[in-house]
Amino acid sequence: MTADTLAAPRSPQIRKKGPNLEKWGWIYMRASGVLLVVLIFGHLFVNLMLGEGIHGIDFAFVAGKFATPFWQWWDVLMLWLALIHGANGMRTIVNDYVTGATARTVLIWAIWLSAGLLILLGTLVVFTFDPCLGVTESSMLWEKCTS
Amino acid sequence: MSAPARVTPSVAQTTSKTPRGTLYRGNEGMWSWVLHRITGIAIFFFLLVHVLDTALIRVSPEAYDAVIGTYKNPIMGLGEVALVAAIVYHAFNGLRIIAVDLWPWATRHQRQLWWGVLAVWAVTVVGFSVRHIPNVFSEMGGGH
Repeated sequence: MTADTLAAPRSPQIRKKGPNLEKWGWIYMRASGVLLVVLIFGHLFVNLMLGEGIHGIDFAFVAGKFATPFWQWWDVLMLWLALIHGANGMRTIVNDYVTGATARTVLIWAIWLSAGLLILLGTLVVFTFDPCLGVTESSMLWEKCTS
Repeated sequence: MSAPARVTPSVAQTTSKTPRGTLYRGNEGMWSWVLHRITGIAIFFFLLVHVLDTALIRVSPEAYDAVIGTYKNPIMGLGEVALVAAIVYHAFNGLRIIAVDLWPWATRHQRQLWWGVLAVWAVTVVGFSVRHIPNVFSEMGGGH
């Protein structure tokens, strides 16, 4: 499509019936954006500023967080909101710069597929986490988990 | 009296090297948008990696600690400052976009608000760096 075929800015828009997904996308970016500012700033502050900062992050630190429903839900909410926000942003960018119809379809599918798989993976990890899974005899947690 | 109809610039005009008229090109509006896109893409790709590295918590304590240990070396520490700088810019500029969309006063002052975003961004990034950089370099030479 070239610039010559674009309609004038104020010409009436003819839309298909059904929900206006682009409008809901626009609203979602703003609503999730506000929540993500709170969730991610909180995440960074607790993990990198408090206590030992980055040196405090290890298996025990994350296991401690995932032992409380508060941090489980904090992380899962952040996961869903951020990946959908990011995927929709990437979709906007692909729509802006990728002119070939096939390449655009493939890329947008790839974006939603990777976001969907990571949402599934992350949600399962948070809610099925058990500190004694995957612990072998050579592990530091062997004694605690077998006693 | 009605305002004169605004002429849609021709393609030659919009791609000209000299910005003109009400176009964003070359001004704060354009740079705020360019930075919002670049930081957004960078954060998205970090997020993909970050979900995968955190998922190792479900594999074994050793697997998680080995991978998270790589985040603790000084080079990655500087990368984390860059990541936080990108996130903080995207966050504050995003709030500015919401204000500009919803509040006529903010629409009129979008330019000044962007400089405000940069000021708050600088303060936040300096505050983070003062805590994070000495922390990252403090364990150099030992451990990971």
